[in-house]
Amino acid sequence: MLEIRNLHARIAEDGTEIIRGLNLTVKAGEVAAIMGPNGSGKSTLSYILSGREDYEVTEGEILYNGENILELDPAERAAKGIFLAFQYPVEIPGVATMQFLKVAMNEQRKARGEAELSTPDFIRKVKEAAAELKINPDMLKRPLNVGFSGGEKKRAEILQMALLEPKLCVLDETDSGLDIDALKIVADGVNALKSPDRAVIVITHYQRLLDYIVPDTVHVLYKGQIIRTGDKELALELEANGYADIIGQAA
Amino acid sequence: MNMQTQSRQTAAEAALLDSYNAQIGELPGNGAVISARDRLVDDLKNNGLPTRRVEAWHYTDLKTLLRNIPASGPAASVRNPAPLVEGAALIKTQQGEVDGNVSVEGIVVGSYADMLREGTAAPGLSVIDKDDTIGRINGSFVRDGYVLEFPAGAEISQPIEIQALHGAGQAHTRFPVSFGAGAKATVIERHIQTTDGQAFVSSVSDISLEDGAEVTWIVVQEQGADDTHLAQVRVRVGDNAKLRLFVINAGGKLVRQELRIDVAGEGADLQLRGVNLLGGDTHTDVTLVLGHNVPNTTSTEIFRNVVFDRARGVFQGMIKVALDAQKTDARMACNTLLMSDDAEFAAKPELEIFADDVQCGHGATVADIDDNHLYYLMARGIPRSKARAMLVNAFVAEIVEELEDEALVEALEAIISNWLEKHA
Repeated sequence: MLEIRNLHARIAEDGTEIIRGLNLTVKAGEVAAIMGPNGSGKSTLSYILSGREDYEVTEGEILYNGENILELDPAERAAKGIFLAFQYPVEIPGVATMQFLKVAMNEQRKARGEAELSTPDFIRKVKEAAAELKINPDMLKRPLNVGFSGGEKKRAEILQMALLEPKLCVLDETDSGLDIDALKIVADGVNALKSPDRAVIVITHYQRLLDYIVPDTVHVLYKGQIIRTGDKELALELEANGYADIIGQAA
Repeated sequence: MNMQTQSRQTAAEAALLDSYNAQIGELPGNGAVISARDRLVDDLKNNGLPTRRVEAWHYTDLKTLLRNIPASGPAASVRNPAPLVEGAALIKTQQGEVDGNVSVEGIVVGSYADMLREGTAAPGLSVIDKDDTIGRINGSFVRDGYVLEFPAGAEISQPIEIQALHGAGQAHTRFPVSFGAGAKATVIERHIQTTDGQAFVSSVSDISLEDGAEVTWIVVQEQGADDTHLAQVRVRVGDNAKLRLFVINAGGKLVRQELRIDVAGEGADLQLRGVNLLGGDTHTDVTLVLGHNVPNTTSTEIFRNVVFDRARGVFQGMIKVALDAQKTDARMACNTLLMSDDAEFAAKPELEIFADDVQCGHGATVADIDDNHLYYLMARGIPRSKARAMLVNAFVAEIVEELEDEALVEALEAIISNWLEKHA
């Protein structure tokens, strides 16, 4: 589903290279965890996948279902099924959450040549998905993410993911700032979306989230490269010994 | 020897004087009114239109910007806009004249033309200060308008909508409105061009709130693309009275909307909000002079401006706190989104504080759309142009929503989104 080949990328503004020859393959149906110390390029990778314009790809390619997506803007990538659950979702005053959800769902449907949702269908879908995630309906009456607690923001991200039904889900440190109950709810939400035609990339610092969203593969990102790939045992090893050993071996 | 201090008369200045001379004997008014008008026209003749050298007009050089004045003509209305809010009591002027006999339950409705003929309007045909060009022009040419009196204690739940309609040509209206003690009401003042062609419009609303009155007054300006709109809202807010004043500019070629507000009663509160939607090759100036003149009064002023194309916007906001106006609390903000490289906005907030125990603040920001917001919306599949429109809308909708009245909020949001669809 996703194939990243020899990717090099830098911050557009100052030219700092962050991703330095990254290779990664994620198959349909797979849950891949990306772990790594601070500053290794995890969030940058997620931004580049989503098409954020602050980064410049200087070399390599990203193939999504065989198609090079580097020329597509974030909206086009989203319509093709790529979804990034943000580590820090932005607050947008004045944009009503429900209006945002409806526009996003319908714009994606339009881009794919599907019919727009009727208002009753839309409301029913949101209510169902929100109930699954134990989201208070009052939260949906507020402007987008405004005044949401850290946990509410993360849940709202998963709600969007559930409603937009993407094919490639990228979760950027979705566990940060969540207490254990919220973590379980969020993990259940993600697990409910698992399917043979859908892939999930979980970016995290900690093993904790991987107890609930069990990965098929674990990749260690360091200085902009994947330096080690393994199965879920690798995450446990990292939890026990830290990154030092693996970084030492790679050097 | 006489010093030549005045620059050459412009075509617009000459046309104004010609227009006045052509209407002598036709403009309503008794002897006192005619003398008052003559004085105003003399001032106009002697001083000319203000230039950038006049501080109050520095960003709106009327002498240069006002190129010509269309002739005064008869009413030619072809469109009857529906009221903004369903069920509102509609009272209209056509080309500056009241539209037949109007009555609204619970309030006293009169015609300003009658006040001119009887002479009771004469004292009001004066300028606030020497730079009051709008008062001068309006006082010279005003023909009619509504005089509204909300009796003490009246609670009028039905909104009153004044529609000042006009086609090409000139329209000059005045609306003296008084709210008696404890009166509660919502008034919508709309300026709409109903045909094509250039118009020259002036309008003065002269509003007073007696003790404890609670009023929402909404000005909606949707003039035509070639129109000059010179408007003034004069307000006096009495003891413990609350005024919510909302101004939206969404039209016109050359617009100056002045707000001259006297917070004159202890415990009075003013909530002023403004939205300026500017596009094309237009010039729009909102000038506020707000006096906190007694102790223990409060106000907030928030303006949101969106500027597209080659449009130019101006906000001058002066808050004056008098020497004995202790415990004044006044906060002003002016936030602007510039949507093109050629768009311009000049913000000039000013505080003039003589009291020593007050809370006053002002802030002005000018920015483009927040890239993080745009990215977030796009990352959810919303195309760039649509995402931008949503964010612009959000920027202005935020203060519209403060109005709380759902029907009113919806109506104003519709005006905003219609405008954005045409200009964004």
